[in-house]
Amino acid sequence: MLATLIIVFREVFEAGLIVGIVLAATEGVARRGAWVAAGVGAGVAGAMLLAAFAGALSDAFAGAGQEVFNAAILIVATVMLAWHQLWMAAHGREMAREMEAMGRAVAIGQRSLFAMAVVVATAVLREGAEVALFLYGVAAASQEGAGAMLAGGVAGLGLGALAAYLLYRGLVAIPVHRLFTVTGWLIALLAAGMAGQAAAILAGADLIPSWGYQLWDTSWLLPDTSLPGRALHALVGYSDRPMGVQLVAYVVVLGALLIGARLARRAPSPVFRHRPL
Amino acid sequence: MRAVVGAVLFGSWLAGSAWAAEPVQLVLKDNRFSPGQVQVRAGERFRIEVQNQDATPAEFESSDLKVEKIVAPGGKITVMAGPLKPGTYAFFDDYHPDSAKGTIVAVENGAEK
Repeated sequence: MLATLIIVFREVFEAGLIVGIVLAATEGVARRGAWVAAGVGAGVAGAMLLAAFAGALSDAFAGAGQEVFNAAILIVATVMLAWHQLWMAAHGREMAREMEAMGRAVAIGQRSLFAMAVVVATAVLREGAEVALFLYGVAAASQEGAGAMLAGGVAGLGLGALAAYLLYRGLVAIPVHRLFTVTGWLIALLAAGMAGQAAAILAGADLIPSWGYQLWDTSWLLPDTSLPGRALHALVGYSDRPMGVQLVAYVVVLGALLIGARLARRAPSPVFRHRPL
Repeated sequence: MRAVVGAVLFGSWLAGSAWAAEPVQLVLKDNRFSPGQVQVRAGERFRIEVQNQDATPAEFESSDLKVEKIVAPGGKITVMAGPLKPGTYAFFDDYHPDSAKGTIVAVENGAEK
C-alpha cells in the first residue's frame, strides 16, 4: 500500500503543482473551473489511452516514440504557456482592475482559458500515464490486495491534490494587483523548464546535439530524486545535471517570454487605451 | 565569459559524439535485473537495451544517467547514456525500486575488465 501511495502521490504532486499555478493564474476568470476540470478529464482519459498503447508507442520512431511523444507534448505546453503569458501581459492590468472593481468573476480572459486547459491536460497526461501503468502492474501481479492498492492510490491522489490546493491558496492570498505579476513569473519559469526538459529528452535520445551532457553536478546538494528537487524540477525546470542544449532552450524561452511580455505591455490594446487611474 | 562557456559546450559535444558500438544488455525477469552490475568505458556514449520478460510493465529509470523509459510487458527498449566520468551509477525499475535495481560502473579507458 505504501509503495502505491508514494508513486501515486509523486506523480499527482508534480501535475498538481502545474494545476495549482494555472488556477492561480486564471483567478477571477469566469468559468475557469469548467475549463481546468475539462483539462484534467482530457488528461486522465489520454493517460489511460497512452498506458494501453505504451508498447506500440515505444516501437514508433525507430524506438524513440516515447521520447518524441514526451518532447512533443512538452513543446505544446510550452507554446500554450507562452501564448497565455503574452496575452496576460497585454490584458493583465485591465483584468486585475476589473476584478478589484467587480469582484471575482470577470468575463475577459476567456480566450486564454483554452490554452491553460491544454497545459493542464498535458501535465495530467504525462504523470497520469505513469500512474496508470504502475497500477496496472500492481493489479496484474496482485502482490497485495486490491483493497490495499486502492487505498494507497486514493491516499496518494488525495495528498497530491492537497499539495496543489495549498499552493493555489498560497498564491491567491497575494493581493490582486500583485497576483498576476507573480503568476506571470511562475508561468515564464514553468515554460522555460518545460522547453529545457523537451530539449533534454530529444538530446538524450540522440535526436538533437546535447552541447555538453553535464554542465554541472549539484546532485550532492539537491538531487532530482528528492521531494524538493522534484518540486523544483516540475516548477522551474531544475536539473541536478543539465545538458548544454537544455540550458540554451531554457534561457531562450525565458528571455523570449520576458522580452515579449514587456513589448506586449508597451503596445496597449484598444480597450486599454483610456487608462483611468 | 560567453566564449568560455561556448568552448566548453562545443568541446564536450565533440567528446560525446563517439559511443561504443556494443550495447549494454539488461534483462528484467521476476522484477530483477540481470546482470545487476555492468562495466562501461568512461567518457563514451553508449546504448542500454532493456528487455522486460515479466508480465507487468516496468519503467527503466536512472537519475544518475538521466534516463526514464517505460518498458511494456515482454517489450524491449533502447536508451542512450553517458559519456560518464569514472564512478558508479545506479539504475532501477521505478515500479519495483526495492528489488529491481543495479549499477553501471564507468572505468577509465584501458582499465582491465
